[in-house]
Order: sequence, then structure tokens, then C-alpha cells
Amino acid sequence: MIESDIVKDFLVESYENLDRLDRELVGLEKNPDDRDALASVFRTIHTIKGTCGFLGFNKLEAVAHVGENLLTRLRDRQLTLTPEVTTALLSMVDAVRQMLGQIEVARQEGERDDSVLIATLTRLLQPAAVRAQSEVFAAPGSAPEAVVFLKDVPLEGMPLNDVPLNIGDILMQRAGVTPAALLFAAEKQKEGDPRRIGEILVEQGAARPADVVEALRIQQSSRGIAVSDSTIRVDVGLLDKVMNLVGELVLTRNQVLQFANRIKDAEFLADCQRLNLITTELQEGIVKTRMQPIGNIWSHFPRTVRDVALGCAKEVAIEMEGKETELDKTIIEAIKDPLMHLVRNSVDHGIELPEDRVKAGKDRTGRLTLRAFHEGGQVNIEISDDGAGLNAERIRKKALERALITAEQASRMSEPEIFNLIFQPGFSTAEKVTNVSGRGVGMDVVKTNVEKIGGTVDVQSTLGLGTTVRVRIPLTLAIIPALIVTCGGDRYAIPQLNLLELVRLTGNQIRAGIEMVHGAPVHRLRGRLLPLVYLSRELKLAEDSSATERDGAVNIVVLHADGRQFGLVVEQIHDTEEIVVKPLRKQLKTVKIFAGSTIMGDGKVALILDVLGLAQRAGVVTENRSRVLNEKTTGAREPSGAAADKQAFLLFVGPGNSRMAIPVGTLERLEEFPVEQVEMSGSQWVTQYRGQILPLIRLNVVLEERRNRLRALQLPPTLDLGPIQVLVLHHDGRLSGLVVERILDIVEDRADVRSAATRPFILHSVVIGDRVTELLDVPAVLRGAEGNAVRPTPAMKAAEVAN
Amino acid sequence: MAQTSQFCTFYLEKLLFGVELKSVQEVIRSLEMTRVPLAPTVVSGFINLRGQIVTAVDLRRRLELDPAPPGQLAMNVVVRSEDGAVSLLVDEIGDVLEVDQSTFELPPETLRGSVRGMILGVHKLNDRLMLVLDTEKACQMAQVAESTAAGG
Repeated sequence: MIESDIVKDFLVESYENLDRLDRELVGLEKNPDDRDALASVFRTIHTIKGTCGFLGFNKLEAVAHVGENLLTRLRDRQLTLTPEVTTALLSMVDAVRQMLGQIEVARQEGERDDSVLIATLTRLLQPAAVRAQSEVFAAPGSAPEAVVFLKDVPLEGMPLNDVPLNIGDILMQRAGVTPAALLFAAEKQKEGDPRRIGEILVEQGAARPADVVEALRIQQSSRGIAVSDSTIRVDVGLLDKVMNLVGELVLTRNQVLQFANRIKDAEFLADCQRLNLITTELQEGIVKTRMQPIGNIWSHFPRTVRDVALGCAKEVAIEMEGKETELDKTIIEAIKDPLMHLVRNSVDHGIELPEDRVKAGKDRTGRLTLRAFHEGGQVNIEISDDGAGLNAERIRKKALERALITAEQASRMSEPEIFNLIFQPGFSTAEKVTNVSGRGVGMDVVKTNVEKIGGTVDVQSTLGLGTTVRVRIPLTLAIIPALIVTCGGDRYAIPQLNLLELVRLTGNQIRAGIEMVHGAPVHRLRGRLLPLVYLSRELKLAEDSSATERDGAVNIVVLHADGRQFGLVVEQIHDTEEIVVKPLRKQLKTVKIFAGSTIMGDGKVALILDVLGLAQRAGVVTENRSRVLNEKTTGAREPSGAAADKQAFLLFVGPGNSRMAIPVGTLERLEEFPVEQVEMSGSQWVTQYRGQILPLIRLNVVLEERRNRLRALQLPPTLDLGPIQVLVLHHDGRLSGLVVERILDIVEDRADVRSAATRPFILHSVVIGDRVTELLDVPAVLRGAEGNAVRPTPAMKAAEVAN
Repeated sequence: MAQTSQFCTFYLEKLLFGVELKSVQEVIRSLEMTRVPLAPTVVSGFINLRGQIVTAVDLRRRLELDPAPPGQLAMNVVVRSEDGAVSLLVDEIGDVLEVDQSTFELPPETLRGSVRGMILGVHKLNDRLMLVLDTEKACQMAQVAESTAAGG
């Protein structure tokens, strides 16, 4: 019985060889005249066959042998490589793979019957095929004789780089040893002669010793061509174990460092520093060992694309960029199937039939592009096709049919949101299940699997032009740097990946820094509106959202998730630490706010926040977002080049649901007043504000037609109006309040596309945020407004400062 | 030849429970716990067991018994479950008992529905009854109905 180690090595090597065969055959089909490729394929099959024979896997050997014959014919140009032949060869590769699987499980070949495959392969040989072959292989399972090998491998004129690895073959080719002599020697060996072929031949006088030595040397060197890298194979389980140990080391180091801070011994501190450095380097090194280029999974795709395309009668070319992009091995394992499914999907559903493509003015051959790159601490993988694109209308209809969305939602959703519906469970299973995209893997499973490893997936598409699916995944999972914060007396860890900056408000800033927009707290960060989330409230540790002050300060952690920014209000902010992520139990995974747990330096357990989950739960990353509030950030700052030309505008909804804006320059503050605080002074709405009487100018009145204005003016504020949204403006030394329907956002835009105004009190119409917006003529509005604005007296001014 | 099995026993509200010895990883005194907001109410928190983060389940809550009197520290019975180790919080640890198969009986009808699912049966010992706890079921943390969870 052959040692299992040898069989294991054989299996690993053979699987690799088979994968290479897949690639090479597909490549060969595209370039049938590539002699080097053909030689390489031949070599690979030959190697497999040889090893099979050595280990006694006769069935395997038989199949490989017939394949080799086919290739010989191809090489000798007695046969041309047609798709039929390629398919047959690929089937052979599959059969060998299956047999290897059987061997892996049962340590033996089992009861396979490959007669059909062998017959097909044999049939594809030209009529000039040696009849003896078919006769021999009519009974698969019988060990092919040495005779057949020697007869069927024509050695005449074989180029040097096709040197076979059997010593007998080499001797036949180069030393003129006759097949008969070799046959005799082989027979002798079979009978139990323990000597090597070379020795037997020399004894018979059929070969000279010098020739045998030469042959041996050639054999060695040709074997040596099979790369003697400076690489080494390591069992993945072992790497996992080492990785775990390094994780534990990191935790222990953290604990030691905590003590180090208390002990003032210089030598001890120096040793701790060394420990720290070494641990960090060790960790980085280990992480690197587990990194593999994504090309490893991508290498399977050309074959898949070929098979799927053939199956649907489409023509598809695949391109890959960024093959060298590296990922942790566990992540690679996890996304292998999802990516495969996306690729199949593109070919099956994305790319159109050749005739349809030509009709649409495209190339007959569809293009499928795979792109991988690092960005913002994550790995981005894009799968793009230039196919038919997604039809938003059809998706919307289908989603309605399957009751995945309500009619009201359907009317409100933007195109990107509609596209994301294809990831809903219940949507993908409804698609026509071809036998190609079957297997129970739908788009929803793709999304789930990607999210399981902490990634995101989204899709973009243009009807008629194509579709791009983008998968974003974190680089590594196990050890991450995180910011430690306190809330409700407990500590929580926030992955640094999501962290943008820290903001601390003290004293007056606390009141001034937090404004209310539509009932939601926001903070103006360098002109942008940052929605605020109170951690204590999200964790249900405290009921109200009042600013959580600690030591007279409010701490805001600015985070980003899914392209959106928000501020998390916490009680205290501590240091950044490296933590080991321990995943949550399956049953607790439903608490989407937490990504895992970790053990802190003092031995206590702390929870790790899942920023995306938190954002979704708090509603700052809502499904239904208007394009205005869509700030695209990947953690990188905006290019400052164009910033100079941009102006900041406050966008709001004016009367009649019109979209309006004012330059931020005059804006003092955004306020929201409960209706009860609004009083009437004559026909003017006013409210008490910071020790003044603030006139509230109703836009809907100002913009109203002259004849209706007087009546509208008389209307007092009624309770059903709800809180009043007011833009407090500073103009001409006075404060005035502008009542608007709804405050939207502050955006920066160049706003250079403009057209003349359509009504009074509007300066002109501009394009801001890709939508037509009316720019309000603030001075005119303020002048035209009825009512008396109170000019602040010095006494009032002093009172305001003191507040 | 009588069939016997070994049980690790513990007390909850003066009731004697037992779990199969082979599913018990260890028994340990009260450990510091980190609460998990928004987790199912039966989850008391996380404990650090020599570097292993173990979820602690309040067995009194799980069995719908009254809460423990304040100030009483719970003991941890750490059991192996499908999804890793879970610590069951109990009042007091009892002895390891070897019981005979012949003393086993199915749970009485009088047990409340939800609890009954977690009791595999009863062993009639000389002076008392030992309730056999289904470890897997006890470790399930399925979310209790939202209405009963106070702020959970």
C-alpha cells in the first residue's frame, strides 16, 4: 500500500495540474497555433499519466493516455483543434478530477466506467488511428501494457522541450535503443527483476552505459524545469493555528503593556517596547503568509465563461485586471462561489445573443471584465459586462408582483435603489433558472455571503450598455485597530476602518454646534450637515437624545459607512488599540449593531460595533435617500482643486414643493420652532429668539400672487402645521427668520449652469446637485416682506453675548 | 446489568437539576460579566474564560422562574453546545451523581408548556427528584417575544 503522504502530494499536485490544463486548453482554443501552449498541455497530461501509472491508478492512467494520444495528433497537425475536441479534452479533465476525488475519499479508483469518454476521445482521433489502441481500451480497467505506451508515443522529431520523462523513451529517442529491446526490459521488470530499465538494457548490450547516464541527466534536468522555487507548501490548518496563537499573543501583549504603564522601571519598559515591536512585526508577517493573489480564483473563470457561453450560444471574452491583488485566504474561500455566480450570471443573463448585439451596434463578442484593487482599506472587486444592462422598470414591476415592495415605495425609489432589489431573497429565485445559473445560488445568497465576511455588494447599470457589480471586502478579519469609547459605563470598540475624525464640543459650542433639522440632530462640520446618532439611545441604555455631556464636553466620533458620514455621540473617548476580533455566536448575530467581541487589556470583554449595522439601525443610511443627501466618501478627502470654484448652498423645499437654495454666506443658523412659540404681531409672524423678537417671513406668502397675499398674510399659525423650519438669516445688521417647508442639506456646487428667473424674488435658476434649483433673492425677499424687523439695540447685543 | 449515567447537578430556586456530565466543560464561580445591549433577555452577558469569550445564559429567566434575590452571586456551569461554549447561571452547584436508568421517567404533565420542552425527564432519587435539563435547548437564545422584553 502506498504511503498516504505520497498520495496526498500526488493529489495536490494533480489538482493543480488539472487547473492549469483548464486554463491552457481554453487558451489553446483561442490560439490553436500556439505551439508552446500545445507543448505545455502535452507535458501536463503526460505528467499526470506518468504519476498515475507509478501509483497504480490504472483507470486514471487509461483516460489520461487517450487524451495524450489526442494531443499527439494535434501536435503532429494530423488533427485540428475544433470546439468539439476541446470540449472532449475538457471532459477528460473533469473525469480525471472526479477520479481524483474518488481517490481522495476512498484511497482507490473505485468502480468507474469511463468507456463512453474514452470512446469519444478515441473517435476524435483521425481514421488513421492505430486500431490496436481501440482494441486495448475496449476493456477499461485492464492495465495498458508497456507495449502500447512505447508504440503510441512517436518520438521521431520531437523537439527538445518535449522531452518525455520516461528513461526508456529518452533512450529510444537519443540512443537508438529499439522498442523491442525496451519491451523486453519492461517485461523483465514485470517479472520481478529489481533492476532499473537502464541497467537491464546495458546488460543486454542494447544500450551503452554512457547513453544511460546521459539519459538520466536529461531526465533530471527536464524534471528540474518543473520549478524549484524558493517556495514551500504549508498545510493551511497549520497556518490557522499559528494565526490563532499570534492573536493570543497580541492580546497578552496588550495586557502586558497595560501593566507597563504602571511600572516605572526603565529596563522593563524597554523590554516591553521590544515585545511590542516584535509582536507587531510577527503579526504582519503572519497576515502576509495567508494572503493570496485573487488571480488564484480568477484562473478558474476562463473555463467557466467558455462553458457557460457555449451553453447559451453566446460569445464572451473575459479580461482580468489586478490579478495580483492579495486577499486573506479565508476571504478568498468565502467569495469564490459568489464571484463564480456573478460571472455566470453576467454571461447567462447580462450579455446578449450575438445577433442581438450586432443589431444594437455592438461587437458580436461580449466583454466581461474583472477588476480588483485596494482602496480605502478594502479590496474592491468589480465584475463588469457590456451587455444589456438592468431594466429598472421590469425590476420594479417584478418586485411589485412578488410583493417585495409596496406601490408607494415603488414610486419613491430611485434607480440605484431599484437595482439593489435584485439582491432581495425571493427575487432571484423567480428568474428563469437555466441549468447554468442553477445550483440554488441566487443573488441574495451572494449578498449574504459577502456580508458574512463584513463586505458590501452593490450594482450599477445603464440600460443597453452594461452592468457592473462591485464587491467590497475588508482586507483581514482577525486583528484590527480600533478606537475604544465608553457609553453607559461600558466600553465599546469602533474599527478604525470606519473612523474619520473626532470632534469635541465644549461650553457654548455644545448648544451652538447641535442643530435640529426635521427633528433630527445634526452638527455642521466645515459646512456639511452631519447627522448625529446617540450611542446610548441606540443601545437603549438611555431614553432621551439629550446631549450626553461628560466633564462639560460632548464627544462626537465621525464615522463613515456605505459612502455616508455620520457622527456618533459617546460619553468618553479612549485610545486606539489593536484588538483581536472574536466573532459572535450564530444566535447573537441578529444583533446587527455588533460585529464581534474582544478581550481588553484588563481582561474584560468589550463589544465591537458594526458601523454599517449601527448606521442602518439609526436610520442615517436609509433605503430611501434623495440624491441631495448623497455624499460619496470612501474615507478620502475631496480633491481641493475644484473647491475654489464651488460655493456652499443651503438647499430647502419652498412653497409648492419647489426646490430652492440660498448661499450659505447669509445663513446664521438652522432652527426649528414648535408652533406654539410662533406669535402674531399685527399680520407678521414672530417668535422670541435669543432675547430678540425674530420676524418670521413666510415664503409662501411672499411668493404668493399679489391679490391673494393680503388674505394669506392674515392667517395665524395653526397647530396642525407642526414644528416650523426656519432659516435664520443675518442681513444688513438684522436677524430675520425665513420659514421654509423643509430644510434639505448644505452642498457645495459650482452652480454655473443657470437660466433666467421665472418669477419675482428669484435671482435665477441654477443646477445644483444635478437638479434644477431656484436661487432665492434674499435681499429682495427681506425688503418685500411686511413687518418690522427689530434693529438690535446695544443693550440687546450685550444680553446676547452674555447668553 | 443496570445502565447508569453521570450527571452534574445544580440548584435553581431549591429545585435540583442535572445535565449530562460529558456535556459539561467546567464549573466555575461567579465571573465578571459584560452586558450585551439589545441581546435576547435570557443573555446575561459575556464572560472571559481564560481567553475564550463565553455567553452567559440566565437559566432562571430561561426556565421562567423568579429572578434571584438581590446580592446572590450566580455560579457558572459551562456546557458545550453546538455553537461553542455557553455558561448557564445557577444558584448553587450540587454533587456529581450517578443515576440508574431505571429511575428515569418522562416529565410530568403539570410542567408549563415552554419549560417542558427543556426538561427531558426526571430521575427519582432516594430523597428527591432530579430534573434532567436538555442542554441544547437551554442554550438556545431565541428572542423572547418583543412585548415581554422590557426595553430589549
